[in-house]
Amino acid sequence: MAAILTTGLVKIFGGTRAVDGIDLEVGRGSVYGLLGPNGAGKTTTIRMLTTLLRPDAGTARVLGHDVVAEAAAIRAKVSLTGQFASVDEDLTGRENLILIGRLLGLSWRDARRRAGELLTAFELDDAANRQARTYSGGMRRRLDIAASLIAASDLVFLDEPTTGLDPRSRNQVWDIVREIASSGTTVLLTTQYLEEADRLAERLAVIDHGRVIAEGTSRELKASVGGSALHVRVHPPSQREAAAAALAPVLGDCVTVGNDPGSLIATVSGTAAAAEALQALDRAGVQVVEFTLGQPSLDEVFLALTGRRDVDDRDVEVVT
Amino acid sequence: MNDGGTAPGPAAPESPKPAFQAVFARGERASPPSAISASLTLGWRALLKIKHVPFQLFDVTITPLMFTLLFTYLFGGALAGSPREYIQFLLPGIMVQTVVFITVYTGVGLNTDISKGLFDRFRSLPIWQPAPIVGALLGDVLRYSIAAMMVVGVGLVLGFRPGAGVAGVALGVLLVLVFAFSISWIWIVASFLVKTAESVMTLSFLVLFPLTFVSNIFVDPATMPAWVRVIVGMNPVTHLTTATRTFMHGGGVAWSSVAWVLMASATIVAVFGPISLWLYRKER
Repeated sequence: MAAILTTGLVKIFGGTRAVDGIDLEVGRGSVYGLLGPNGAGKTTTIRMLTTLLRPDAGTARVLGHDVVAEAAAIRAKVSLTGQFASVDEDLTGRENLILIGRLLGLSWRDARRRAGELLTAFELDDAANRQARTYSGGMRRRLDIAASLIAASDLVFLDEPTTGLDPRSRNQVWDIVREIASSGTTVLLTTQYLEEADRLAERLAVIDHGRVIAEGTSRELKASVGGSALHVRVHPPSQREAAAAALAPVLGDCVTVGNDPGSLIATVSGTAAAAEALQALDRAGVQVVEFTLGQPSLDEVFLALTGRRDVDDRDVEVVT
Repeated sequence: MNDGGTAPGPAAPESPKPAFQAVFARGERASPPSAISASLTLGWRALLKIKHVPFQLFDVTITPLMFTLLFTYLFGGALAGSPREYIQFLLPGIMVQTVVFITVYTGVGLNTDISKGLFDRFRSLPIWQPAPIVGALLGDVLRYSIAAMMVVGVGLVLGFRPGAGVAGVALGVLLVLVFAFSISWIWIVASFLVKTAESVMTLSFLVLFPLTFVSNIFVDPATMPAWVRVIVGMNPVTHLTTATRTFMHGGGVAWSSVAWVLMASATIVAVFGPISLWLYRKER
């Protein structure tokens, strides 16, 4: 039996189809990623799966239970870490965990014991008795995830667990997610970053405008871009046009300009094409200061899947 | 990066955590808490908030205390012959005003919980669903009691001498708590309907300023124009103040006002209680 199975899931907010017919099948014991820009419908999907929202159409079964008819059964088996670290800022870290422990049915003694164990495991011992409002973003996020792990869950939902975190905190959260998964718990996480999905999720669904536009392993998705990402930086930047002109006959019309004034981005089919491109630049007498061949970014997967490059416009929301 | 003063962690990003697996909960979950247990736990949370953020309490208590001092010493002589006589009249009303104003924080608190996502976490737990509201109210009633006692305490220092003693004061406070509890439900409804905590506050002050000033808290309505007297007479705060005064000073409790207050409170809860529970269950 799948951990999550949805068919034609729809949620409409005042005329906007926030979720527009999502079909998902998430196997047990895996880490599954929902990848997409802000406003794609990831959070709305999670809110329906955690029984916080009622679908307008379609069905969803979580751990075999219907999200509408058997909401209480689902709430007793899953845990949710929402998009904004949902801790009570007025309370200390320890009090936050005891509170959730009590609400999960633990005795005061067990709730205190669990809080202590989790604070140690999440390296929050020193801050345990400080109000959560004094925590950094990373600490708050760890506390939030710790709260989700107080009781055993068959399925853990993590909604954008690393958005707004610095790289070190992000790495810590990644470690935690891997640990959760290795304990056999199914994890559904949403993210805006391909890298994150790539590192954590075995399978992922790319969501845009409330629809699944691609589904598979990250290897499969990257293959769908049809090649690797070539990043070229020239110096001085004024040579960019000359470089683009030199590359066009070799790489075709896939050459686009990057954010850096001297940079160009292109999709290439393999190393042979990249070598040709480098030779073309050499012949044109353009001075290349950077030439890298890498995995396509979310931008590029997105471009390949949707034909537009607007991820950047929508994902600049900093969560503090 | 700023990690808020914790000990420096391992430098390697992929730090091994040998003890980590050990803390994962396994096996069956504890059975979900009863409705009462969940509500009391959330009431405990409200107590912790009073402990950690006592400012919330002072914030709304200072203004009425300032009014008490200003009215007693500036206008007391003119209004009642002497400050000391005026405070006997004013203090029960000031207590009413203070507690009624503090009820706003019920709505502000709930609205903050909703916007911070804390309500989503509560709602995703296997608890009796109205527990977060009931728990918040439990904590609030305690908050109201503390505020009421603070006002009475300051009054005693300033020369307030309730004729009916401790029992009379206690009954007066109790009636104020009943009324405050009932209007809390109005702010609960507001907190579900309005986007930000600031708007909840603005909205409630818009209601509470006329409600507490167009009443008999500060002066005897006998001196007011007839049409104002009619409005004052219909204001539940007027009846609450009259009832509280007579409870505290003894010599004939105004039972009709007590009945008026109880009826108004019951009506407010009967209307706003179900609406707020409905809004709570409704998705946002």
